[in-house]
Amino acid sequence: MLDLSKYQSIGAALKDALDQFAEETCLIESDREREKERLTYREFKERAHPLAKAQQDAGFQAGDRAAIIMTNQSKWLISAYAIFYCGGVLVPLDYKLTPDEQWQLLQHSSASVLIAEYPIWRQLATAGGRSTATSLRTILVSEAPPNADLAGARRWEEFRGGAAPGFVLRARKDPATIVYSSGTGGRPKGCVMTHENYLEQCVALTSIYPFAPGMRYLSILPTNHAIDFMVGFFGPFICGATVVHLRTLRPEYVRDAFPKYKITYVSLVPLVLKNLQKGLQARFDALPPGKRKIFNALIAVNKVLTKNRPHLALSRRLLKQVHEAFGGELRAIIVGGAFSEPQTLQFFYDLGIPVANGYGLTETVVAVTVNDLKPFRADTVGKPLPGMEVRIVNPDQEGIGEVSVRSKTVMSGYLNDPELTAEAIVDGWFMTGDLGRFDPSGHLQLFGRKKNMIVTEEGKNIYPEDIESVFESLPVKEFCVFAANYVWPQRSMVREQLVLVLHLEPGQALTDELRNDIAARNSRLLNYKRIHGIVVFDEDFPRTASLKIKRNVLAERLAQLDRAAAILPL
Amino acid sequence: MRTVEQTTQEILDLASKYFKVPAGSLAPDDDFFKKLGIDSLQTLELLSHLENHFGIELPDYEVQGVSDFRTLALRIQSRL
Repeated sequence: MLDLSKYQSIGAALKDALDQFAEETCLIESDREREKERLTYREFKERAHPLAKAQQDAGFQAGDRAAIIMTNQSKWLISAYAIFYCGGVLVPLDYKLTPDEQWQLLQHSSASVLIAEYPIWRQLATAGGRSTATSLRTILVSEAPPNADLAGARRWEEFRGGAAPGFVLRARKDPATIVYSSGTGGRPKGCVMTHENYLEQCVALTSIYPFAPGMRYLSILPTNHAIDFMVGFFGPFICGATVVHLRTLRPEYVRDAFPKYKITYVSLVPLVLKNLQKGLQARFDALPPGKRKIFNALIAVNKVLTKNRPHLALSRRLLKQVHEAFGGELRAIIVGGAFSEPQTLQFFYDLGIPVANGYGLTETVVAVTVNDLKPFRADTVGKPLPGMEVRIVNPDQEGIGEVSVRSKTVMSGYLNDPELTAEAIVDGWFMTGDLGRFDPSGHLQLFGRKKNMIVTEEGKNIYPEDIESVFESLPVKEFCVFAANYVWPQRSMVREQLVLVLHLEPGQALTDELRNDIAARNSRLLNYKRIHGIVVFDEDFPRTASLKIKRNVLAERLAQLDRAAAILPL
Repeated sequence: MRTVEQTTQEILDLASKYFKVPAGSLAPDDDFFKKLGIDSLQTLELLSHLENHFGIELPDYEVQGVSDFRTLALRIQSRL
């Protein structure tokens, strides 16, 4: 692994890594049963440098912003490296957003370059928002069919400069990326992350979960997500490890990839982890009684032997079939993006597969706390990583208060939003909006949110304000969307839901027609953004002088209602 | 060659069989996430079954953002 304390920027560290690990395998890209590509670090560099040179020839300069909208694949990482090489600021955007949402973020970020796959560009090019992204000068599209209409874009594969590009050094405090922690709506939250944020995070994470040449990371979480960017790109690259991309994320191909590529680490969101648990449990339940008894006994032995810390070699021998299904070299499953249920984490640990659960936010790069497995604790999100200061603000009688963080991994602020930045970072401490406490052994436990938002099991942050526009002009007196757990705290980070609060006109009833109207509007939202219930509230919503809803006051009034009776299923 | 109506009907039949909902309870414009009560992972499983049935490969990006049977049928039809 490179000594990151010597480096000023992501680009500088990656540049040295490509030379130091030149002959190691860097990337493998597979599409169903076909392996499409296998690159060494040397070959990766040979792909990236002509792209960087062409960017520079096109006028791309230090500090310019370049957005990537791609599924996980080699061209994502090659493009990102070329941007860093030129001293640019990377804007990784979620390919699962709608074209209108993507245009909104392209406009908000002032990106001058967009790099997208052809199917994504095809949808973007025909969406209405294109004229709003006035800063955009260069659009590169990969994998376009030979006769495709590129609508003003250029082919990524042909965008190559002839000579060597000039490397542009950046300082540690310079912006490296702009990462959107919540999508869209009225107030996009673009977290401006510095080179220092990533360098420090990488040192902290690899101190517990190290990479090395020969290790293979299976990249499933979208690379625009902070976790995959760190453990599916920067982390493995500065250690000379291999990243495996799958172009098709169907469960059967993901399953096959583990034994085929002898995967060392994989990151999953809780939804996928739970699904994996269900599948394994069904297979265990189908065992004949005799075998089942033996299997349970082996799990019991493994539990005793791994009580204080994992013993991978021992677990692999004891529960051979399970480990072979995962390729036999899996060291840990990294789970993130949302809160995981302890029983799911324990299920895997009991099989000898440690789950690296932790806690972090986009505003803090990836992780603030991580389970160090000494011993494994499924009921907590682990201890603060080296370099992270974590404190509980205004604790109640049980020691539960708002979790705040101070470290070199905290973002420099929200793009173009000093007001929101000042609310989030107070005297150098980032206020997470999450509620937690430390247990006597120094592990952080989480107990819900102070803020009006939810995180889905797929790891998506949803702010009610972001989805309210779809209900505009609904024929009611007024409406508002809330996270149900914000109104009625549950001391839980799972099964969070959004509810639509309606104040009907005098004499108006919640008719089937109105319900159908709400359901039709709801279906226009992406499935993970949808509301799950309706609350009818008979009072005027409290409002500010400028007529904005006072959400906190309204939430307090709603909290007087009985939750179970108040939420009507949609 | 199937018509798009036939393709749509075959998708509805397969979905009702795979997710064990009454035949005839699904309609082309239904939101399959909601109507079948499935998540994004189960949708991927359904796509694998549809690929096998129609003998095609349907890249993940083709079904990105699709949530109703009719649009899904159009995407499949274009690859038949």
